[in-house]
Parts: sequence; structure tokens; C-alpha cells
Amino acid sequence: MAHERKTSGARTHRAGAFDVRAIIALLLGIYGVVLLVMGIGFTSEADLERAAGVNINLWTGLALTVAALLFVAWARWRPILVPDDEAEQEQAG
Amino acid sequence: MLADADLRLDAQFVDYALLAVYFVLVLGIGYLARRQVSTSLDFFLSGRSLPAWVTGLAFISANLGAVEVMGMSASGAQYGMPTMHYFWVGAIPAMLFLGIVMMPFYYGSKVRSVPEFMLRRFGKPAHLVNGISFATAQVLIAGANLFLLAAVINTLLGWPLWVSIVLAAVIVLSYTALGGLSAAIYNEVLQFFVIVIALLPLTIVGMVKVGGWQGLVDKVTAGPGGAEQLSSWPGDAITGFGNSFLSVLGIVFGLGFVLSFGYWTTNFVEVQRAMASKSMSAARRTPIIGAFPKIFIPFIVIIPGMIAGVIASELVRDKAALMEGQPGETGVTFNDALLLLMRDLLPNGMLGVAIAGLLASFMAGMAANLSAFNTVFTYDIWQSYVVKDKPDGYYLRMGRWVTMAGTVLAIGTAFIAASYANILQYLQDLFSFFNAPLFATFILGMFWKRMTPTAGWLGLVMGTASAVTVWGLAQAGVLGLSGLGVSMTAAGTAFVVDIVVSVAVSVVTTPKPADQLVGLVYTVTPRASLRHSETGQDAGWYRKPALLAGIALVITIALNIIF
Repeated sequence: MAHERKTSGARTHRAGAFDVRAIIALLLGIYGVVLLVMGIGFTSEADLERAAGVNINLWTGLALTVAALLFVAWARWRPILVPDDEAEQEQAG
Repeated sequence: MLADADLRLDAQFVDYALLAVYFVLVLGIGYLARRQVSTSLDFFLSGRSLPAWVTGLAFISANLGAVEVMGMSASGAQYGMPTMHYFWVGAIPAMLFLGIVMMPFYYGSKVRSVPEFMLRRFGKPAHLVNGISFATAQVLIAGANLFLLAAVINTLLGWPLWVSIVLAAVIVLSYTALGGLSAAIYNEVLQFFVIVIALLPLTIVGMVKVGGWQGLVDKVTAGPGGAEQLSSWPGDAITGFGNSFLSVLGIVFGLGFVLSFGYWTTNFVEVQRAMASKSMSAARRTPIIGAFPKIFIPFIVIIPGMIAGVIASELVRDKAALMEGQPGETGVTFNDALLLLMRDLLPNGMLGVAIAGLLASFMAGMAANLSAFNTVFTYDIWQSYVVKDKPDGYYLRMGRWVTMAGTVLAIGTAFIAASYANILQYLQDLFSFFNAPLFATFILGMFWKRMTPTAGWLGLVMGTASAVTVWGLAQAGVLGLSGLGVSMTAAGTAFVVDIVVSVAVSVVTTPKPADQLVGLVYTVTPRASLRHSETGQDAGWYRKPALLAGIALVITIALNIIF
């Protein structure tokens, strides 16, 4: 997304921690791992029976972990570049 | 709301821990966003710098509040598939119209709010009428959202109602006051994902439990609503019209045109998200990108409602009684559909995620109300009429204080909301009264340069007055309407009255000179200034607003044919 901004000639640096994709990845990642652990280690027969035999924690945990990795990949592939000069940002917007 | 039924969820340590992780991130976003805020434009419009996928998801999330999640799943349990109209007819066309036709005027004229557009087009009286009615409505709606949030915390976790209200208010306040619109928008994006990961697994497991699509079809057909609940058209039950032809007509023109266009195209809560984007192209794409998730949200909101209606034991027993408007034996209502499903299906772990999703959705609604309220109050009321010509830093500080005052007011209106059983329906009705005439005034004002300033405010006032009259007559039982039919008729009347009054008044009063209307009225605006750039970050076929809108429209039509 943002990497083309280089062509406008403004000096830029990577946004680092404040990329909302990093925060989304963090949340999905924590949820994914916790649910995976719950799904593998702490699923009782009663839980399975309630949900018609589906191990919800396991499958959701797996999906979330994959989604978190995809967000990390996207943020790495197309990092946000922040113009060093505030005025530059005004013009870009 | 949740009376005697036992809905207390069996939340354990791991569920609370997951909930805590979510709140830490929400406050963290507020703290990080604060470092980016240095001017009032940063605070109120995120410095107009956000990418379209962020504003697009926020656009949807701001609307994915309590009314949407609880209300639509309740409606799914009660009416079934016709509820889909709220999304496919009642939202998508209007969102696409906003992106394609109206956004060039909003974004191109560089106004900071919808009332400010009224000021530039029609002058001060229309501006003040619009600014005050909008600010008032936001405080009332924020209170209703806050109350629903607290009610759910109270039911699920057993905390006292007032503790829940104050705690929820403090959390929403701390991130909106610190980081302004950026914090609200980034949190809305996060909320969107949390809501989806809460509801999607619930829907899938519900489907497995009910025996797949065929199982749901069989059970709903055998239930009190019958097979009528399985197709979206003609939807007689939901409109309250006795006649299928009138019902279809009502859905297309009442819901699909007047109500939804009024809501989506003039409601600053939504438009503000698009105004925060970084370019004209991104602003036009905001509602269009938002339309894609909006097409599919009903599947994870309405379908779980329908599933709950046929497998949650309390609802199965009471559905027939509740559909007649009688209280059931078990004390549940359709509003409890999602909670019942969560209680019956989810194990600890996933339960925590689902609770986080519900709370996220309710906070999203309130934060959106607050961030729109502080902008309109600060720019359109305080800066325009009370304390003018101060340096920018003054209005930035003011914005934070206004956010705080708005929160305190919302706590007050939350207690008002708590004393009414059906306030959400009334609020929705009232809000559509303001939006339907506003849409009429906007659309006429954008395309007819002859429309005069006097017509601008008089049309609004008369339109709203006529809608309130229709609504009052319907409440008194004179018109024999019920349900969605009331708001559709009221909004339709308001729309027609507004147009008639505006045209009549315009003919006998003096219009503004054409050179003052450049960028505001279609016929006097140079075409080039309405176009967006197609180079750099706006290049590529997948960034063309019209093409994206076309794809969204085709999907929507296909879904209407299938269901």
C-alpha cells in the first residue's frame, strides 16, 4: 500500500509498532494460541457433546493462528511508511 | 430485558483472561494514537490520513453496535430470512450511492462534518438546526448503547448495573478522549475482527448442531413461523402490511430508498469515517469496501438467531407465544437468542472470545456516537456560534472536554434508557425522522442550484414535523400500522413533505449566487474537481470505486435471488 509513497520524494520511515495490522495480529495470535491449548488439553467429553462433536476451541484456535500469521506477512510485505516531515503528511492526505 | 431467565454464563479464569487481553489492547490503541494527535484536525478527522481498508472496516463496525448484533439476531429468531432486507436492501444500495455519487461533494469540499456542508450550502439556520438535532440524537443513542452494554455485562457476569455502566463509560471515554477519531477508528477495525471471530464459529457449530442447512429448513418449517421464514421476499410479517404487493413496495421504496439512503448518506457517524481517509479515491472506496463485509454479516448474525429459535430449549417452547406478543413461560425474549446459543454451545475459551466480541460490538457503537458528537459540538456549535477565532490548540483541548461531557451525559441518558422497555425501537424511529428529511434536502440541494437557504431549513423542520405527526398517529392506533411499517410510512411522508416544501419555498425566495455554490452543487462544479486521482496509491483496477461498487451490486442481487 504505502511503499509507493517513496516516489513522491518525501523522506520516510517505517511506522513500527503503530501499524493497526500488528495489533490485530497480536490479538488474533494470543487468542489463537490460548484456544489451541484449550482445544488440545482441556476439552471434556461434555464440551464435545454440547457442540455436536466439534472441538470448537481447537478449530477456531487453528484458524486464528493462521490469520495472525497472514496479518504479520501483510504488514511485512507492505509496511506503512510515515513521512518524517509533518507538513509532508498534510499534503499527502 | 432479560427478566427471570437463567442466562448467567459459566465464565472461568481463561475467559476472563481473554477478555482482559482485549481491553488491554483497546486502551493501548488509545495511548498509541495519542502520540499522533497534534492538531484539532488530527483529533477530529485523524488528519485525513487513513487508508481505505481501515476506514471501510470502521465504517461497518461503527454501525455494528448493540442494535445491529442483538437486534438483528432477535429479528432472525422471530421473523427468519426476511430480516436480510435490513442488509441487502436497507444498506448496500445506499452505501454504494454514498461512495459513487455523494462522497465527491463531502470530501471534495473539505468540510469537516455533515452540518458544515449544510452551512456552506444553505447558511446558518439550516446549520444550527442540523447541528443541534444531530448532537442531541447522538447523546441519546450513546446512552442507549451504553445501557445495552451494561445490561449484557450484568447478565453474563453478574456485576451490578450501575457498576457496569460507569466502568464501560470510563473505558470508552479513555480511548476516545486520548486518541480522538484515530483511536476510535483503529479500535473499530479491531472490534470488527473480534466480532467476526466471536460469531463465525458460533454460526458454524450451530449449523452442525442443527443438522446442516437442511436441518435448519426442516426445523423452521415445522416451527410456529412456518416456511415463510425461509425466503426473504415478500416479508409480510416484518413490514406488518397485510398485502404482499404493498410489502414488497414498502421494502423497496420505504426501507430501500428513503430510510436507508437517509441513514447511510447523511449520518455523520458513518460519513466521518470516510472523511478521515487519505484521498478522494480512498474516501469513495470507504463505503464501497464496507459494503462487502456488510453483505455477509447477516449470515453470522441472522442465521445464529434463526438457529437459536429452533434449538435453544426456552425459545423453542416460547416462540409461538412470543410471536403473538405474549410473554413466554420461561421469561426469555428474542433479544436473548445469541446469549442462549453461546450458553448452549460454547466451551470455556471460545466463550471468553464470544463475550469479548459482544462487548466489543457495544463499545464500537458508543465510541462512534461519542466521536461524532464531539466533532459536531466543537466545530459546528462551539466554534461557529459560541467561542470563535481561538487558536487550534484551544479547540483540541475543548474536544477532549466535550468528549468527557458527552460521556457523562450518556451515563445520564443510559439511566433514562434503562427505564423504557422498548427505547431502541423508538430511538431508531426518531432517528429516521431526522435522517429522511435531511436526505431529501441534501439530494435536492446537491443537484438543484435554485434551492434557496430558506428552503433548506424550512424543508428540514417541516419534514421532521410531518414524520413525528405520522408516528404519533400510528402510536395512537389511528393508522393501523405496526412494526417496520410505521417508520417506513413516517420516513416516506417526511421525504415527500420536505421535497414539496423545499421546492415551493425556493420558487418564492432568492437563491445563493452560483459562484458560492462551486464544489457544493453538481451543475456548477467543474467535473475535474469531483474526480479522484488514479495514480500512485490510487492506481490499479482493484482500487476503482465504480468497479468495486458494480461487483458488490452483482453479489447482492444474486443473494436476493437465491434467498
